[in-house]
Amino acid sequence: MADLHNMTVADLAAGLKRKDFSAVEVADHFLKRVEQDKQRGSNSLNAFLDINREVTLAQAQASDDKIAAGTAGRLEGVPIAHKDIFVTQDFATTAGSKILKDYRSPFDATVVSKLREAGMVTLGKLNCDEFAMGSANENSAYGAVTNPWNFIADTKGQIKNYVPGGSSGGSAAAVAAGLAPAATGTDTGGSIRQPSAFCGITGIKPTYGRASRYGMVAFASSLDQAGPMARSAEDCALLLSAMCGPDLDRDSTSLNLAQSEDEKKFGFSHLLRIDHGDKPLAKAGKNGGPLKIGHPREWLGGGAQVEFDRNAPARRSEGTNQEIQKRIEEALAHYKSLGAELVKVSLPQANLSIPVYYIVCAAEASSNLSRFDGVKFGHRAKEFSDLADMYQRTRSEGFGDEVKRRIMIGSYVLSHGYYDAYYLQAQKIRRMIANDFQQAFSQCDVIAGPVAPTTAWQLGDKADDPVANYLADIFTLPASLAGLPCMSIPVGFGDMGMPVGMQLIGNYLQEAQLLNVAYRFQQDTEFHDAKPEGV
Amino acid sequence: MSLTLHDIERLAQLSRLQFEPPAAERLLGQLNGFFEIVEQMRAVDTSGVVPMAHPVDAMHGLIHAIADTDELGMTLRLREDVVSEPNQREANQRSAPAVERGLFLVPKVIE
Repeated sequence: MADLHNMTVADLAAGLKRKDFSAVEVADHFLKRVEQDKQRGSNSLNAFLDINREVTLAQAQASDDKIAAGTAGRLEGVPIAHKDIFVTQDFATTAGSKILKDYRSPFDATVVSKLREAGMVTLGKLNCDEFAMGSANENSAYGAVTNPWNFIADTKGQIKNYVPGGSSGGSAAAVAAGLAPAATGTDTGGSIRQPSAFCGITGIKPTYGRASRYGMVAFASSLDQAGPMARSAEDCALLLSAMCGPDLDRDSTSLNLAQSEDEKKFGFSHLLRIDHGDKPLAKAGKNGGPLKIGHPREWLGGGAQVEFDRNAPARRSEGTNQEIQKRIEEALAHYKSLGAELVKVSLPQANLSIPVYYIVCAAEASSNLSRFDGVKFGHRAKEFSDLADMYQRTRSEGFGDEVKRRIMIGSYVLSHGYYDAYYLQAQKIRRMIANDFQQAFSQCDVIAGPVAPTTAWQLGDKADDPVANYLADIFTLPASLAGLPCMSIPVGFGDMGMPVGMQLIGNYLQEAQLLNVAYRFQQDTEFHDAKPEGV
Repeated sequence: MSLTLHDIERLAQLSRLQFEPPAAERLLGQLNGFFEIVEQMRAVDTSGVVPMAHPVDAMHGLIHAIADTDELGMTLRLREDVVSEPNQREANQRSAPAVERGLFLVPKVIE
């Protein structure tokens, strides 16, 4: 049998339907890999927070029965693991926080239910930054996750541990290491794209409102969005189609959209089926013209960081790493050979995304996280003098440092006398950033650029410097603030052999096109097939 | 403009959090580091710009141009004010720290 853990979601689904292997065999294969990784102790990736062999195998058996009965769903029997931000009845849900240790949800998140309806088998729950707040997965109360691309030895011959990115670090590490063929992630300011880039996999965040937020532990509600992380754009298209859809009674921001016949039948994969010869993007743009890829001037030559630094000279700046710039330029050149045209565009306010984002998300987080008070669920302090003391001790014991920092920032920018100067001003610049994108999209079909200014850094390198972590989000935040669909695809390797991702951003609701643009690149290149040593 | 330890104390109170003195000082430095990068944002002229609370708001009016769809539920909706969930008191209280006779227990607040 071929290595099941090196097969794509599409191949697993096809093989299961052909009965080349059973869903139970597939589930068992992945569970064994997860268990083997756990047994490596301190060398474990620490990607999984909860598994339940019985539940997973029972789901797989049910899938085999459906396949035998001819009632299989589109992704019947294919395993998937969920970021621990999605609530699940059959597994604990912690959101990476001590305050939700051992929490059991009485219901499943809509995304989880929809993937079950499509036939997918749940492998378990994946580590992440606490309440999805972080860019390195070092903010999890259950320990950091390590990057599977971890084999580089330093001069003393010791293995160095690199971060997998965050906040969906467990998701990215699990897929890259072949512990799961696919995973869910959530992206508030880059939490799908950046770990996908750091671990050399493909991930997409759809348009805000495509996937239901029901059952996603809330961090910043005007930004949070779910999406798939997998080995290819083709797989992401299949998974995204199964995850999205209106959830009108349960999420007030869920979009209610009419679908074309093609979309109904093939979901976000509908553009992938068409054969366009060896220049597949020559007619993929507006009005049948060549696909126009916009490259923001501000993102060339590490401009964003340099500009940014001029205004805040005290901050350390690394600029965009040269290796990353080279990989992006090579990928763009490759796109030209596929028939695309490159145009320069401008995102003049993009540099302001860092303060704008961190004010908006902190404000929303301080409000959302007020529900953790030790009364209805989660941790409660053992000793306290009265109700107010109970709240304070419960929250101080239960939340980690980064979560506390964001709650404090949020309380400040929403407080009387500061609201207009910070929160309202941030919301106004958020509008300007969204408008900049519309201006850019009048000149191009998709926007391309880096995902992050560097490749994965070593564990602990930025752990004591929250602002350094914030600065590294410079390229992912603008699309998040605007609510645009965006993804990361592998485009090669940078310093120390760590993976480099390229970001693709589409206009609202243009996921099918975005996935098509990624797919055509992957049809012609092999970066997405690269695997860490030993996988 | 810089925050002071007094501000930290006030914000902690608003946030229902507690910080021991060394942690409070470390936090003060970190928050001031953050508000340093916020300064550039405050100088931007935003007169006449409508605040954007939500991406759905930014999509409004644009969607027709970019997607061939109609019947778009583009404004935030409210559902009917009717009972839509079954009563699951037991399931909902299973993760509660302290429950008695179907009620959530909290420390005494009225003498």
